[in-house]
Amino acid sequence: MAYQSQSLFFFSGRMILSLFTRPFYITETLEQMYLIGVGSLFLVVLTGMFSGQGFALAFSQELATFGAKDYLGRIMALAIVRELGPTLTGLMVAARVAAGITAEIGAMKSSNQLDALVGFGIDPIKKIARPRLISLIIMVPVLTIVCDFVAIAGGWVIAKFIANVSTTVYWSYVIDKLNFGNMFMGLLKPIVFSFVIAFISCFYGFTSGGGTKGVGRATTNSVMMTSITILIVNFFITKVVGSALRGYQL
Amino acid sequence: MIEIRRVNFSYWDKQILKDVSFVVDDGEMVVVMGPSGSGKSTILRLILGLECPHSGQVLIDGQNVCVMKEKEKQQIRKKIGMVFQDGALFDSMTVGENVGYYLLENSRLRWEEIADRAAEMLGFVGLDPNEVGDKLPEELSGGMRRRVAIGRALLSTNPRAMLYDEPTTGLDPNATQNVLGLITKLHQEKGIASIVVTHQIADALNIADRFVVIYDGEVAFDGDQDTLRACQDARVKDFLLPFRESFERVARKKFIGLEQG
Repeated sequence: MAYQSQSLFFFSGRMILSLFTRPFYITETLEQMYLIGVGSLFLVVLTGMFSGQGFALAFSQELATFGAKDYLGRIMALAIVRELGPTLTGLMVAARVAAGITAEIGAMKSSNQLDALVGFGIDPIKKIARPRLISLIIMVPVLTIVCDFVAIAGGWVIAKFIANVSTTVYWSYVIDKLNFGNMFMGLLKPIVFSFVIAFISCFYGFTSGGGTKGVGRATTNSVMMTSITILIVNFFITKVVGSALRGYQL
Repeated sequence: MIEIRRVNFSYWDKQILKDVSFVVDDGEMVVVMGPSGSGKSTILRLILGLECPHSGQVLIDGQNVCVMKEKEKQQIRKKIGMVFQDGALFDSMTVGENVGYYLLENSRLRWEEIADRAAEMLGFVGLDPNEVGDKLPEELSGGMRRRVAIGRALLSTNPRAMLYDEPTTGLDPNATQNVLGLITKLHQEKGIASIVVTHQIADALNIADRFVVIYDGEVAFDGDQDTLRACQDARVKDFLLPFRESFERVARKKFIGLEQG
């Protein structure tokens, strides 16, 4: 475990360093952006919609008992933008993309394609891992914004048609809560999650062994580790960045 | 050209190679044989600088690969082509793209020029570029994949030496003959030094005159075919026992050839 953590640490360092050295594989990066972004869009929209609606439904009933259901928009914006949106997007992308990345790289490794790349003078980290890292850094925040919007819109549907909250009231409270502190937190998390997903999924792919069975095992471990790490990192960002941003209205 | 000098190598706590030494000169064809798991493929990986031995040296033209930086290793790899087990073709690319991959990444040539050279190379390795050029590797037979891999290695590095890792494993007799024919052709026509790793004795006997037998990580034999037949080392005898028939067949063929010649 200690050895693996150490290897992951050094591997992540190599991935970060690779961001600043030539050659830049722009075609591969654009291709990965499409695969990660467009490929995950439906899943993220679906997750955001139903999570937002479920959340709004539960809270509108609870708030109604205090006569405070008009505040639904505030709670939705706060919870979705700061917590649920980034975490759900991170977990969905981890489930879909991390598995794909580990399986693809693992398959390339087991069929010696990574060695063949090295033989041609190509650094597999730059060619294979870096485009995925850059794509995740760009696409996960974008997907999070989409998820946030869809979830809040889903909450509005519940607010308007079930909880009988005025549209104007709902959206004015939502906009009120979209301040710097919440937006910063809501965008910082997906960027950090994208590093987590890229580091862990690529690491498990590059270090997989034992043929098809080994690739399967690496893929399972990759998704599990990525999901757990996202949840843990989410807590620490909320705690640390939340404290740092206390001067701003949260 | 290639010298393995007193190399020891381990994966974790399992020792794979023990004090292995042998030399391959320019233009020489050497077959490295041995049972599965005896460390044959590891030798090729060491030569290419993909692994580093724990002790000993791997010398290419007198330069020790083990102490080189990655950029220096790239210069060495330009002299050596490697055909991996099963070809290691990039499965998301077409056959044409696979063959022209090195030029695509490392030259400023336009794709049309690269495609022309790839097509020419496919022709050289005995494949019809119009037929296979746009196919994916998974659509090819095992023998065709190996030939594409050989073509890719040739177009990539214009090598002075070729390393073949189990080039005929899993192929039918026809495909085996095609691949072996191509290896021999390259060796004879272009004078490329070749190291062929295999555990298929019949193939080995057909293409090479010099053999290195690796048994349990050690060099159990290094010499020509006649010496190999007469070798009394228990490990070599144990390894060759199931293949006595192949020996006799090849010897018979040679004898008939001599008589007719």
